[in-house]
Amino acid sequence: MSGRSNVPSSAILQPTVPQRMGRVALILLALLFLGGFLILPVVAVFAQALSQGWKLYFESIRQEDVLSALRLTALVASIAVPLNVVFGIAASWAITRFDFHGKSLLITLIDIPLSVSPVVAGMMYVEVFGLHGWLGPWLQEHNLHVIFAVPGIVLATVFVTFPFVARELIPFMQAQGSDEETAAVVLGANGWSVFWRVTLPNIKWALLYGTILAASRSIGEFGAVSVVSGHIRGQTTTLPLEVEMLYNEYSFTAAFAAASLLTLAAIVTLVIKKMIEVTSGVHPVPEEEEVES
Amino acid sequence: MAIVQGNQIRKPGRRWSFVTKSSPLPGFRLSLGFTMVYLTVIVLIPLVATLLHAARGGFGVFLHTVTAPRVLASYRVTLGSSAAAALLSAIFGMLLAWVLARYTFPGKRILDALVDLPFALPTAVAGISLTALYAEHGWIGRYLEPHGIHVAFTPLGIVLAMSFVGFPFVVRSVQPVLEDLDPAMEEAAASLGANAWQRTTRIILPVAFPALLTGSALAFARAAGEYGSVIFIAGNMPMKTEITALLIVTKLEEYDYAGAAAIAGAMLALSFTIMLVVNLLQWWIQRREGRRV
Repeated sequence: MSGRSNVPSSAILQPTVPQRMGRVALILLALLFLGGFLILPVVAVFAQALSQGWKLYFESIRQEDVLSALRLTALVASIAVPLNVVFGIAASWAITRFDFHGKSLLITLIDIPLSVSPVVAGMMYVEVFGLHGWLGPWLQEHNLHVIFAVPGIVLATVFVTFPFVARELIPFMQAQGSDEETAAVVLGANGWSVFWRVTLPNIKWALLYGTILAASRSIGEFGAVSVVSGHIRGQTTTLPLEVEMLYNEYSFTAAFAAASLLTLAAIVTLVIKKMIEVTSGVHPVPEEEEVES
Repeated sequence: MAIVQGNQIRKPGRRWSFVTKSSPLPGFRLSLGFTMVYLTVIVLIPLVATLLHAARGGFGVFLHTVTAPRVLASYRVTLGSSAAAALLSAIFGMLLAWVLARYTFPGKRILDALVDLPFALPTAVAGISLTALYAEHGWIGRYLEPHGIHVAFTPLGIVLAMSFVGFPFVVRSVQPVLEDLDPAMEEAAASLGANAWQRTTRIILPVAFPALLTGSALAFARAAGEYGSVIFIAGNMPMKTEITALLIVTKLEEYDYAGAAAIAGAMLALSFTIMLVVNLLQWWIQRREGRRV
């Protein structure tokens, strides 16, 4: 951005009229693309949801099935996200504060969930916990349900959001270095007080950023959850699955009404993300981009 | 696990140690231990379970399953659409990255934030919304259908949905590279008489090429594994518009766990290949950067 030098440009470097027109044309093309390709689908969600009026819209989202799906989605996110926050902090502490053999392998392994298809992710848990899976018979004996039940949905969600916090923290903590923490230890602080008083205040924005990404994905995850859910209405149906079920039953207005809640969540996510980028000066690596190891 | 002792300095011929450089900071064993256990439980065990199940019947059975005509057709649909989507993503992603990196105009920040919308919007929502837009009577579909262009329920729809989820990867990979590219280089070329085409093909594209390739590979990977946004718009006709991820779900619903595991194994092989390619590209980029500095 700041690459432009302050040296006064000579006449050659001034944009000519055709150059300026080219510039405007490219900007318009970009706007047209984003408008037609990104904004229109969002507008369409709300237009379809409200096509039968506000009354029906509110009735649709106040249906018991939609409300219970909403509750399940909140429950799943509230378990999966904190787990991955703890993991993200532990992993980035180990990776950025110590040097050990196999570190790049570990970073690569952490990235695996990003490159696995959500459907394959879901099915991996069926292979372990399903009736024909490794632990299936044992679980059956003890009357424990993982697949087609809430624990399976939580596991699938944990898997797809697994690297999000770690990927934000690793490059951030790497760039920050460990001087402050080392100073605290040398001055006699114990491990936990170093973490709470030095590390956490330093990484809080990057941590929040990763948490937001993980939360957003865990609210919206469809493929992985769809495989392990069993689609039992009122019990194992998360909000995205409820959208699918309503849609497949041709209750389009209701499907889009439920989808509008998820769209709102997505918009809120983008706003918070942008706010963190602007206010904290943190411009973290965009999600799902490869971590430089 | 090897033990680190005090401020021992690494000498040639010293006993092999897991830790390559000692650190005064605490919490190494706790953080790495937790990381390894969590990684093993959430990612590695399910992954190994799936791969072992895919291999259980022997190589012949595996090969027979993953080369059945319907499965082969699903690869054609998935890989063909993913390649087309990656190409479209490369073109439009490059355009957006350029506009965002080089031009200032009102609303640019909002535009920049919007690029992440496909990451934040649940895939099921994107799927039903795109379908509604491009169906026969949809806002866009109604203008295309009279011209014989059918998008919804055709391979074209699959490409569209895959491009939607894929193009942000290209923007986010290329944008930082273009931001770092000093306009002075182009200005120098312009002052020496290079026209816009020459400046683009001789300066901008060579610099941005590895990042463009990385972004496109990530878009391809995401598209190949995509499920939620595709299944609504695809029509899901076996042999014609059935993607591989859906075929896995179908196999699971038919209780054909061995078949599902075999196809999942093939998809995992593809994912890991792309991951390897992306890592090599990253390595290439870093080496180039290193050389330039």
